[in-house]
Amino acid sequence: MIYQGKQKIWSDYQKDIPDDHWFYVRSCIRQSFFPASEKYFLKICRDLLGKDVYETEHHTTCGGIAYHSDTIPQETAMTIVARQFALMKEAGYKNLVTSCITSFGNYTEIIETWREFPELEAKIRENLWKACRREFDIPEYVAHASDLIFKFKDEIGSLAKYHLVDGVTGEPLRVVEHIGCHYSKMFPHKGFGGAEYPCVLSGMVESWGGHVIDYPERRHCCGFGFRQYLVKANRGYSVSNTHKKFESMEPYHPDMIITNCPGCPYFLDRWQYVISEMEGKTYGQNGYGIPVFTYEEVAGLVLGFDPWDLGLQIHQVAVEPLLEKIGIPYDPKKKYLGLDGKEIMKPGLPTVLKCC
Amino acid sequence: MDFGFSISPSSTINLDKVDFTLYDRLCEIEPDAKKCMACGSCSATCTAGPWTGMSVRKVILGIQRGKESEAEKMLKGCMLCGKCTMVCPRGINTRHLILSLCRIYGEGER
Amino acid sequence: MKDNIVIIGGGIAGMEAAHQLLLLGYKPILVEKSDHLGGHVADWHKLFPDMSPAKDAVRDLEEKIKEANIFLETEVSFINRLKNGYNVMFTNGVNVICKAILLATGFNLFEASRKEEYGYGIYNQVMTNSDLERWFNTGDDKRINGKEIKKVGFVHCVGSRDVKAGNPQCSKVCCITAIKQAMEVKEFFPDAEVYCFYMDLRLFGKKYEDFYIKAQMESGVHFIRGRVSEVSENIEGKVIVKTEDTLSGKPAKVTLDLLVLMSGIVCNKQAVDTASLVQVKTDSDGFLKSKDNILNIIETDSKGVFLAGTATGPKTVPETVAEARAAALAIHNYLVTLK
Repeated sequence: MIYQGKQKIWSDYQKDIPDDHWFYVRSCIRQSFFPASEKYFLKICRDLLGKDVYETEHHTTCGGIAYHSDTIPQETAMTIVARQFALMKEAGYKNLVTSCITSFGNYTEIIETWREFPELEAKIRENLWKACRREFDIPEYVAHASDLIFKFKDEIGSLAKYHLVDGVTGEPLRVVEHIGCHYSKMFPHKGFGGAEYPCVLSGMVESWGGHVIDYPERRHCCGFGFRQYLVKANRGYSVSNTHKKFESMEPYHPDMIITNCPGCPYFLDRWQYVISEMEGKTYGQNGYGIPVFTYEEVAGLVLGFDPWDLGLQIHQVAVEPLLEKIGIPYDPKKKYLGLDGKEIMKPGLPTVLKCC
Repeated sequence: MDFGFSISPSSTINLDKVDFTLYDRLCEIEPDAKKCMACGSCSATCTAGPWTGMSVRKVILGIQRGKESEAEKMLKGCMLCGKCTMVCPRGINTRHLILSLCRIYGEGER
Repeated sequence: MKDNIVIIGGGIAGMEAAHQLLLLGYKPILVEKSDHLGGHVADWHKLFPDMSPAKDAVRDLEEKIKEANIFLETEVSFINRLKNGYNVMFTNGVNVICKAILLATGFNLFEASRKEEYGYGIYNQVMTNSDLERWFNTGDDKRINGKEIKKVGFVHCVGSRDVKAGNPQCSKVCCITAIKQAMEVKEFFPDAEVYCFYMDLRLFGKKYEDFYIKAQMESGVHFIRGRVSEVSENIEGKVIVKTEDTLSGKPAKVTLDLLVLMSGIVCNKQAVDTASLVQVKTDSDGFLKSKDNILNIIETDSKGVFLAGTATGPKTVPETVAEARAAALAIHNYLVTLK
């Protein structure tokens, strides 16, 4: 691997991201899958970096999942998106930041489609007006939330309490980065580092002390694939993709995986349990899995937030061995306590995959 | 545990794992097998092909890719008329090649 | 004869044109931006179909043009149009008034790193056709030396026949070059498996098809019809290539010790600037525009300006040389009509 070659490509795919004043739109599924990620994104941006990030309770799904699973036509998705833009206009913002990669791809694709087919944009304006008497402006800038964390990665690094290194040996952790397909594969110039060698996550990992692994199936899909998972008859394709990735990364003995898409951490995490049940195989050390994180969770850990406040107890793959490796303290007794201090339910244990 | 779905086998041809033994054996006795450029004229003219799936091009390719049983199955459709030999632009004696292959497969059975 | 003729470009086109013009009694001025003559051919090892050394061809031409005025490491600064000719200023300070200009500005080799998915400049074991020729010539390349070379791949059409790379044209010589290089690699590493990944095999020239059959029959090169989509590196530092085996209709992958990218012939961007000084335009393929592409490929719409070689599109060595001879004759005929 020639690192300078990647740096050259990264320099070709830089984005000039506005510094402040963002209109934030959430993901449909992340609040249940990774319940603290969005909260900590806002906390980091607002409290630590002092940024103005606005959100409104009136925003809805972007329609991306329905669009990609063939349940709504694109024009419907466009009208939903037009409504979000209208909410942004009403709030007086021009920069949109999305929590979800599917949304990021959806917004970007729709704006590009309107650029190529202005008559479609006119039609959607009419649809929106008929549906809810709203008008919209196309955002001046659309970013994914991981773009913002990438932009401020060094500031976060300077506030870091922990680094992505082995607390005992001081060796950098071996980190697999996985980018959501809709981040830059459709429009390479819309993503930091382009589509072949994106640097949005690897940049964070390096800034926070880790070592990035480039393994053969790095560019491959996490396995979600929308209809590949959503239709049960197809679900074998979904887990097969994930299996292919784990088989490919296995020889590198990754310590952790960092992701920037709602579906990827979910499937890379949960399918490890399913693969262990199907094949009797696990990919972490000593029968554990490889812990999978959202970039906000990793940022939160680096900044010293409590692992259970970051929602890491919701993961399938146990995070404790990694926390111990880095030297992040945690209280096992508090793992399944809710915010009110009362017990939340404990999950059942898998037969093969070792969990704490 | 039965999830109602399972890991599907990949259709990818992994050239790292292809066993060339049969292909090498074929090339020993029929060196012209290497000359095939997959033009398909043999398959286009094949009397048996449309009904049996026989295709000399696919038989050679199958053996090159380690799909030996598929190749053998196709061969069984051949009626040895020799039309494929007539049309081959590379002058491969396909009829002879088929007979040689049958002999190699026969060796395996003994 | 006193008429000055300026030849821009000291590759084989410019050299052969200079040679013919000397034979016709002129004393042409040959300018070359690099420090040596012979252009890309000077960097090559052996030339198909005779497998004769490229340096012999260049040396042969050099011998023949000793009488010409040759300026190395020199470029054109500007050209002014005169009533019956041109005033050409060179970067070495020389100023020439000439009656005719020959643009023999050649080509650029496609910059392989622009096909990001192939990992040139990123994955250690990926090289270009040009890098391999350099290794044939110098024996020096850490991608090969000291490595166990058991599996080698050649990717045809890198940056050519590729609209997204901005080069829809066929680069013409790469198919035969890949086969030539595959057979040469096989000679160095007889036990190696060698794969050629191609979209079409365009083996149009004299003896090219013979090369193809020889590669199949004697060298045992595996020809896989499918364009490589992605290259990655495994933990041992080998490259993994993904393609579709289109003849099987199935995806295929293979792990290789060395991958050679057949970078295509693309237009020389610098030549476009030079040509614009004499109002020669570029054609839709980005190469310099001839008067027409059938009977007047050497002529331009600018009076006294002629073209030869790969300035107008991908060409083989014999095609380039033939065109250079034709250009010399065309220049001579033009100068005669001026009298």
